[in-house]
Amino acid sequence: MISHPGLAPERTRKMILTALFSILCIIYVLPVFMVAMNSFKLNTYVKTDTFGWPRGESFAGFSNFVTGMTFGNYPFFKSAMYSFVITVLSSALILICTSMAAWYIARVDSLFCRAIYYLCVFSMVVPFQMVMFTLAKTADTVRLFGFWGPKLNTPWTIPVIYLGFGAGLAVFMFAGFVKSVPLAMEEAAAIDGCGPVRTFFQIVLPVLKPTLISVGILEIMWIWNDYLLPYLVLDRTMYMTMPIHIQYLKGSYGTVDLGATMALIFLSIIPVIVFYLICQKHIIKGVAAGAVKG
Amino acid sequence: MKHRDSAASLSSTLIRRPIRHWGWLFVGPMLLAFCVGFLYPFFRGIYLSFCRFRTTSDAVFIGLGNYSRALTDPGFVHAFWYTALFAVVSLVIINLLAFAVAYFLTQGIKGSNLFRTVFFMPNLIGGIVLGYIWSMIFDGILSKYNTSILMKTEYGFWGLIILVCWQQVGYMMIIYIAGLQAVPTDMIEAANIDGASRWQTLIRITIPNVMPSITICTFLSLSNGFKLFDQNLALTAGQPYLFAADGSQIRTTEMLALNIYNTFYSQNSVSRGVAQAKAVIFFVLVASLGLIQLFATRRKEVQQ
Repeated sequence: MISHPGLAPERTRKMILTALFSILCIIYVLPVFMVAMNSFKLNTYVKTDTFGWPRGESFAGFSNFVTGMTFGNYPFFKSAMYSFVITVLSSALILICTSMAAWYIARVDSLFCRAIYYLCVFSMVVPFQMVMFTLAKTADTVRLFGFWGPKLNTPWTIPVIYLGFGAGLAVFMFAGFVKSVPLAMEEAAAIDGCGPVRTFFQIVLPVLKPTLISVGILEIMWIWNDYLLPYLVLDRTMYMTMPIHIQYLKGSYGTVDLGATMALIFLSIIPVIVFYLICQKHIIKGVAAGAVKG
Repeated sequence: MKHRDSAASLSSTLIRRPIRHWGWLFVGPMLLAFCVGFLYPFFRGIYLSFCRFRTTSDAVFIGLGNYSRALTDPGFVHAFWYTALFAVVSLVIINLLAFAVAYFLTQGIKGSNLFRTVFFMPNLIGGIVLGYIWSMIFDGILSKYNTSILMKTEYGFWGLIILVCWQQVGYMMIIYIAGLQAVPTDMIEAANIDGASRWQTLIRITIPNVMPSITICTFLSLSNGFKLFDQNLALTAGQPYLFAADGSQIRTTEMLALNIYNTFYSQNSVSRGVAQAKAVIFFVLVASLGLIQLFATRRKEVQQ
């Protein structure tokens, strides 16, 4: 962009733009602010006095948070814990398995590899509704080691489902990056007698780091916010995640305690915003890198 | 070319052959999970769309019956047009806003980075939570007029548009900013020297140069619109309901994905075959959008 530091109109224009965008930004964060504000209001005032400050008779203190943690016959911290377990385990499993597979696919490049690669690309454009019914049934019958071990419908085994359904984008991104990495280092390692497994973990994986971060961010954001897949796959009587819990409270109760729901929504947003503020650059980069997904 | 050939042959002896012994370790886990989590459910789903079934084990092949029932279901037809309208309207609004924001944020104004951070933030909030945040806000406004977002189809439609704009403008903005930053500065300088106005520069220089970003964002917002589920479920869940001439119920703000979900898990479990057929139709629709996008963006990459 060309700038004319000497020109007064240009400077005024920029100042006006800054002022305008400052106002826009305040409007933009208002919804989140409203959630925070309403989580401190008594239930009845959330609907009648949504935009007012919690004051006097409408102020609820932390009582919404206290009721929110326990109501609905399911402790909220349990949902939070399962959300965390599922997100961490699934993302880790996806990162390890798909980066290994993508390296193999890119380097061996046989007919079989190309077939897998194009199947992965294909899986990226398949909407979840296409497979949801059969996938949920599969998760209810298949066990971790084929015919024994736990079923795939628990928080500790659902990572396998996430790996299967989410592999496409990850393999696509990793394979694209591996193809752009020169062979020289891997060849040097091979000449020095380094086997493929060690080559991968000591040479290739460090080079893949930027893509690992991008893919990791994408998977974390997807899995943390995912509602339908865990809702259909998990045994709902025993396990809930945070989105399921919130939908369950709002969706299935006749009279909803809006104040408590807002408190829970507020609690569920806080970790996301903290995470965003800490690794904002990586998140924006990772999300932009995943823009290929339709 | 010569160099590349020798590199390829080297890779086959030094890398390819040893790595092949370890194929089961490198590809095995991912491939097994891919079969369980995608391939088997996908092909089973296609087969089941031609069957009558309650669970996956009692399927009876009935041919194309499910498809004709899906295509004559007024709820599904309504959901299709509603979704298509929603996708197009949201596509236009999101992209105009995102491009405008990106355009102003790449002009070196103070606080650009902060603004970018703020605009992107809603993208990280999950669809269910987004739906309930906005239903609180809309109901807070509409309750002053003694109504609610669930009372009128128009409220639900525009409410959802506002919601997805809030969520996705920041995302598309990031893609546009990347595109705008890649516009060659010498072209803009040349235009300035030749006395082109800001508007002329935008139309003649900037926009033609960010066409790849426009393609990506167009298809992304279109397929996002078609695939929308969580937000739709949380904001209105299809309400208000309308009764069709034949007595069947139409959920007026229900989009395709939610319609498929409701058909699968309704009381009437005989309709599961129909739901699976709807899902296949939905898949063909969304996948063709996605594949067009993949090829369109790939062709651009080759050109650069």
